[in-house]
Amino acid sequence: MSDTDKIDAVLDRHRRDGTRLMQILREIQEQIGWLSPATLTRVAAAVGWPRAEVSGTASFYSFFHKRPRGRYCVLWSDNITDRMLGNADLMDAMCKKLWLEPGRVSEDGLVSVNTTSCTGMCDQGPALLVNYRAVTRMTQARLGEMVGLIRNETPVAEWPAEWFEVEDNIRRKDILLAHDLVPGQALSAALERGPEEMLAEIKAARLRGRGGAGFSTGLKWEACRNAAGSGDNPAHYVVCNADEGEPGTFKDRVLLTSYADLVFEGMSIAGLVVGASSGLLYLRGEYRYLLEPLESALATRREANLLGKNILGSDFEFDIEIHLGAGAYICGEESALIESLEGKPGRPRIRPPFPVTNGYLGQPTTVNNVETLAASCLIAAHGSEWYAQHGTEKSTGTKLLSVSGDCERPGIYEYPYGVTVRQVLEDCGATDSQAVQNSGPSGVCVAEAEFGRRISFEDLPTAGAFMIFDETRDMFEVARNFAHFFAHESCGFCTPCRVGTTLVRNMMDKIARQHGSPYDIDELFKLHRLMQGASHCGLGNSACNPVFDTLNKFRPAYERRLQSLDYEPAFDLDAALSQARQMTGRDDAAAHLATHLPNGAET
Amino acid sequence: MNAINIFQLDGEDIPFRQGQTIMQAATRHGTYIPHLCWHPDFSPYGSCKLCTVKVNGRFGSACTMEAQPGMEVENRTAELDDKRRTLLQMFFVEGNHFCPSCEKSGGCTLQATAYELKMMSPHFDMFYPDRPVDASHPDILLDFNRCIMCGLCVAASREVDGKNVFAMGGRGLLGRRVHVSSESGKLADTDFAVTDRAASICPVGVILKKRKGFAVPIGERKYDLAPISEQVKESTP
Ligand code: SF4
Ligand code: FES
Repeated sequence: MSDTDKIDAVLDRHRRDGTRLMQILREIQEQIGWLSPATLTRVAAAVGWPRAEVSGTASFYSFFHKRPRGRYCVLWSDNITDRMLGNADLMDAMCKKLWLEPGRVSEDGLVSVNTTSCTGMCDQGPALLVNYRAVTRMTQARLGEMVGLIRNETPVAEWPAEWFEVEDNIRRKDILLAHDLVPGQALSAALERGPEEMLAEIKAARLRGRGGAGFSTGLKWEACRNAAGSGDNPAHYVVCNADEGEPGTFKDRVLLTSYADLVFEGMSIAGLVVGASSGLLYLRGEYRYLLEPLESALATRREANLLGKNILGSDFEFDIEIHLGAGAYICGEESALIESLEGKPGRPRIRPPFPVTNGYLGQPTTVNNVETLAASCLIAAHGSEWYAQHGTEKSTGTKLLSVSGDCERPGIYEYPYGVTVRQVLEDCGATDSQAVQNSGPSGVCVAEAEFGRRISFEDLPTAGAFMIFDETRDMFEVARNFAHFFAHESCGFCTPCRVGTTLVRNMMDKIARQHGSPYDIDELFKLHRLMQGASHCGLGNSACNPVFDTLNKFRPAYERRLQSLDYEPAFDLDAALSQARQMTGRDDAAAHLATHLPNGAET
Repeated sequence: MNAINIFQLDGEDIPFRQGQTIMQAATRHGTYIPHLCWHPDFSPYGSCKLCTVKVNGRFGSACTMEAQPGMEVENRTAELDDKRRTLLQMFFVEGNHFCPSCEKSGGCTLQATAYELKMMSPHFDMFYPDRPVDASHPDILLDFNRCIMCGLCVAASREVDGKNVFAMGGRGLLGRRVHVSSESGKLADTDFAVTDRAASICPVGVILKKRKGFAVPIGERKYDLAPISEQVKESTP
């Protein structure tokens, strides 16, 4: 089959529908390697979109290649936890063995090696993606073998299977992970209750979103249910947000691996409540390896009449489709995720209107976290009263924590809300801990003095990441890693985030090179205040959190890198002008900068 | 006019119609709220954040936020203008803006806004990005060194010209840019015409008409005549 035939086959399979552009581009790339200018023109013509929009989408996502990529594309996960496990040395060694510079395709087009944002394998790093397949637990020995396989051009499908094994590492189960529901049980309980009563039950259970923000799930579903569909194809949609991109978070990976039925069933229950017949699961591109198992889980559910028409003999109709992302953290933001589902760059929308009234294709849409949807099954099956017995007053139920970093037993820990940070540290075998990055880079850095704080919406809300740093770690380097992450992941739409994240990254690098001064620290605070207030979405608003937290709690980590602790700019402009003064023979007041500039003219 | 439909902007009463944004109401009233990506003829884009105001103590974008009765909006306060100055400096360092040699000088919204807000220097280290110039079109020059990603050319080409010559794409500081709708990426390979609305919408000096550069001499250009804050109009010709 020629390349154009392959392209056309993909386009046909997707009905030449531009809103399916993400899937079209990914499938084409999987087949012919990259997205050439001619490919994009062909796709644009077929879907009837302006070519610039198709290329705009193609160039937004890290995993789409508009230039030929190596036949082997190796991307090292570069979360701080991978760094702590030595990924930098391994990647360095790989590049040396392959005679490569990071980020460049080898002359013969064989291979490229680069870094990528956290791939969600922090409990079994150092991790990487090879041709977008997840590899875990890299070692020097594996590395040598891998280089050999690349040189011999052994297809990735023939590489040792154990390299691609992803462990669940479930360490502590509570009501969710230890559930005893059989597929269909929660859904038939929900059908029995009917949509109104089911909604009332979710509200009575006081279920809140597990993605971090903690919005009431009942209120969200209710708003979606009450909003009317519009236009030619009025509909309601359920979207499951499985774009688990927050560095240090991998609980959704485990839910989708071993609890997929619970997640799909939760989506169905949501569909029943809001009046949707269609659900979309947005799976992050890093979890590409889960696509086939999830598809087959869906097929099994269809066979069991748990999806499709007349589900379990009722008149409820619902089905689920999986969409893959392509390497963009911002798509975890619900309106950016919807843009991506529609084939566009993942740029957060202006709100209001909110997705519950104007979401996917402009229709009422509820976007819920994987874990939230799974938890709704427990409420359907056991009722709100039972559910609300777990956890705390304002945070009912349990929370999955993705524990990684300096501890003996990294993995998934499920706790009732209200557990202390100290308890988690004890259970996972962490000793001499100096800090925990709670909820990932956009969350809070918790210092030792605060280990008594509780994981809950009342105190320490979290999306699930729990990265531990013992006292040998340099908290400045932690914050610098996160600064690089945000600069890489900013969507670039609004000025404060687009430019601010890069300025912050540059300043952190400057301090790391021992060229910083207290002036730079003031600048970091200033940028934090600006970005927090003026950014378009949560990414920019929280991008300086790690810097701000570590500056407040681990100031010495910064100060020992500064040239001086006095307030002097690193570069003395007036002194730099002394040569010019000498040459012109001037030394009057106007030839000196300090007296020349009006005070406060610059900020 | 309904007496209830009034909000306060820096202590001044601003009347508004239901559904108008703070920016629209202020503009109609003749009051200047600094802005770069907003244009009275197009729906708000909300990217530059120059229009950041404080509404009842919280930050918001004046161009996207609907006016509500009784709102108290802070606009030209020292705190907000200070943030705006930093945003302007961000624009100046992320692109390549050499005002003295730019033919848009004097007619440039970015430059005029920087004067208005008394920005004295770019403050941050310059990024000196590598951005393309496209002189392929017979009547138009594109110099993306000056682009501020306001999206106005995209909107004008789509909404007024019905052509979709431009789209914003790419990600982040290095990736985000205006994409030209042709396989070569060249403007000459599109149906763009010098008479398009998009040819005269760019607030800075990216989309320039060839052979018109100095038709109006420096010193007599739009913002040479009066500062930007004194030229608040509901629509521009
Ligand atoms: S080219 Fe001009 S109009 Fe278009 S986005 Fe850039 S600055 Fe705005
Ligand atoms: S004018 Fe409001 S964000 Fe640009």
